Amino acid sequence: MAERMTGAEMVIQALTDQGVEHIFGYPGGAALPIYDAMFQQDVVQHILVRHEQGATHMAEGYARSTGKCGVVLVTSGPGATNAVTGLTDALMDSIPMVCITAQVPTTLIGSDAFQECDTVGITRSCTKYNYLVKRVEDLPRIMHEAFLIATTGRPGPVVIDIPKDVQFALGDYYKPDLETLRHQSYRPQVDGDAAAIEAAVDLMLKAERPIFYTGGGVINAGPEASKHLRELAELTGFPVTSTLMGLGAFPASNPQWMGMLGMHGTYEANWAMHDCDVMINIGARFDDRITGRIDAFSPNSRKIHVDIDPSSINKVVRVDVPIIGDCERVLSEMVRVWRSKTNQPRTEAIAPWWNQIEKWRAVNSLGYKNSDTVIKPQYAIERLYEMSKKQGKEVFITTEVGQHQMWAAQHFHFDQPNHWMTSGGLGTMGYGLPAAVGVQVAHPDALVIDIAGEASVQMTMQEMSTAVQYRLPIKIFILNNERMGMVRQWQDLLHGSRYAHSYSESLPDFVKLAEAYGGKGIRCENPAELDAAIAEMFDYDGPVLFDVIVEKDENCLPMIPSGKPHNEIILPDTANIGDIIDEKGRQLV
Amino acid sequence: MNAHLQPTGSAYFITKETQEQERHTLSVLVDNEPGILARVVGLFSARGYNIESLTVSETEHGRRLSRITVVVIATPKTLIQIKLQLERLVPVHKVHDLTAEGASIERELALIKVAGSGEHRAETLRLADAFRAHIVDATVESFVFEVTGKPDKIDSFIALMQPLGLVEVVRTGLAAISRGPQGM
Repeated sequence: MAERMTGAEMVIQALTDQGVEHIFGYPGGAALPIYDAMFQQDVVQHILVRHEQGATHMAEGYARSTGKCGVVLVTSGPGATNAVTGLTDALMDSIPMVCITAQVPTTLIGSDAFQECDTVGITRSCTKYNYLVKRVEDLPRIMHEAFLIATTGRPGPVVIDIPKDVQFALGDYYKPDLETLRHQSYRPQVDGDAAAIEAAVDLMLKAERPIFYTGGGVINAGPEASKHLRELAELTGFPVTSTLMGLGAFPASNPQWMGMLGMHGTYEANWAMHDCDVMINIGARFDDRITGRIDAFSPNSRKIHVDIDPSSINKVVRVDVPIIGDCERVLSEMVRVWRSKTNQPRTEAIAPWWNQIEKWRAVNSLGYKNSDTVIKPQYAIERLYEMSKKQGKEVFITTEVGQHQMWAAQHFHFDQPNHWMTSGGLGTMGYGLPAAVGVQVAHPDALVIDIAGEASVQMTMQEMSTAVQYRLPIKIFILNNERMGMVRQWQDLLHGSRYAHSYSESLPDFVKLAEAYGGKGIRCENPAELDAAIAEMFDYDGPVLFDVIVEKDENCLPMIPSGKPHNEIILPDTANIGDIIDEKGRQLV
Repeated sequence: MNAHLQPTGSAYFITKETQEQERHTLSVLVDNEPGILARVVGLFSARGYNIESLTVSETEHGRRLSRITVVVIATPKTLIQIKLQLERLVPVHKVHDLTAEGASIERELALIKVAGSGEHRAETLRLADAFRAHIVDATVESFVFEVTGKPDKIDSFIALMQPLGLVEVVRTGLAAISRGPQGM
């Protein structure tokens, strides 16, 4: 049944029909009709941000913590260009997002009008798909199609660029039949090939040194996928490691958990990847942070790769059994097929493998030397983890990008999916604070903590004001070493400790800054006072900037340096990291 | 076991490509919508694939479908990636590697302007006849020929016209279709 309304009203109506409760945005000239339509309803709640990049990261945090689509609304020109970083971030990490950008009227497009930019041109390569809506008749279909594309298959961001005259134009709104949308060219394959799943299970049944290598795809496939993964791990008895994006899909408290793998992954996870005979990759993409040197990557294993995106298969690493499909469906099939073939885990056959793993574990690669006089960043995260567990609340962690992010991944442990939000693929400094705002909007009663660095957090610091406006009690836990720590670490590794612009000078007084925004500021530099300070942060019912002054030159270890294979991982007791990488490795990122 | 597999494109570890490059013709069926060509071309430039030739035109007006014929030079491994990456684009219906899938017919059309007089002019006409080039425009001192065929036939004709007063050339790029009764 069609209903007569303006384009702007259609936008709101379509959001309502899609079950959208919150959108993150910033108004402007070209977006005014949509804002006017929004003003006249109360189903969709709008969160006013301070910068459009903040809106995109909030939508990402919202999406990743709920499994729903994040929605952003920005104006033309600078509104759209400011959203580009977040769109790219969402594309790299496969986050479902619909971003509505306003555009100058169709009659002015191409005339270099005020606040005009070629939004579809600019965002073509940083979205899964994008639209310029030229006729109001197309708007209902495009609105719903955008949600379909953003949330199905490999999720990603979709931009809808709506000129101002289309927002004013009257047309018939209808809710299209989603089954008929894009039926010809867009049909993601969700069910894995039965023969391939059978072949994969047969390989697993013969494995002597198996490992599950899981990724963000398990999280994206929904909580059921995590359940199936746990079931499959229990049935098989195999060890499990995960990428940065996949943390939480498998519980860190489970004895089969090996910790994160990759550049800053654990010694046991990386060695097991190197020495395994069957690798079962579920929803990960052999990213270069994971594989290290490709020609020495897991040289003796047969590889199974489950991915919903066919172009991920054999892109980086040649695999033996590719399975294209949704992780949830494929994992549940794997469980069924395994059960049909055996009722025993391979405990005895893989006992020597576990013995070996225990020897690697004994190295304690996440160990560090604690101090009585200065707060070690790892210690700060450990205390944060231990104390947050006792709050009786659901705990969500977001991060910025850098050393603190890796320490958080290593020392904060996750037992549930969707509770860890971080910028993995793009590595966007400034992601964590707005992402925390988005998470807190979705989970008002939860404890939401942004583990941050003093450099990253300043990139989107203005969203503190959003947190204050909407009374979102996010906790920003800044590991302040007055360095861009990871840059400094790489300069030690690769550039003779010449610290070109990697130190934070003229830092603001974060306590005063928090107060200026209307939040609370806490500073702590004494390890003995840390617990009390963290408790004070938790007790405050409002946004907190917690400035933890930590050891300045701590290195983030273990680390697989550029151009090295997994079995040449640097451990924490290495004295001088400056001598490890050769000339060839220096050219790499 | 994997030591011989050398992937390309990883910024982490750049290894030398060991596979030989091949020239393949891909046929891509797409929705004829604004920006589709930019999407396809953008994919090639963003991922560093080389385009040798590209033609596009609407082929099914009722269903608003266009067909893009693209000639690429790449290693077998990259060719598979190109096909998969193209298929990942939302408005792309099908991608066929005509070179890999068996016999196909490839044709190109060129318009060639030649100016001259005397013996050159007579020789030009004799060669045009041999190549079945049609005269589509003539003045007392020039011809425009229309020649159709495989790209190397057109290359040869252009090479022959060079000393005879070749002025300019325009080519459509390659159109290709598979042999036999099956459609895309």
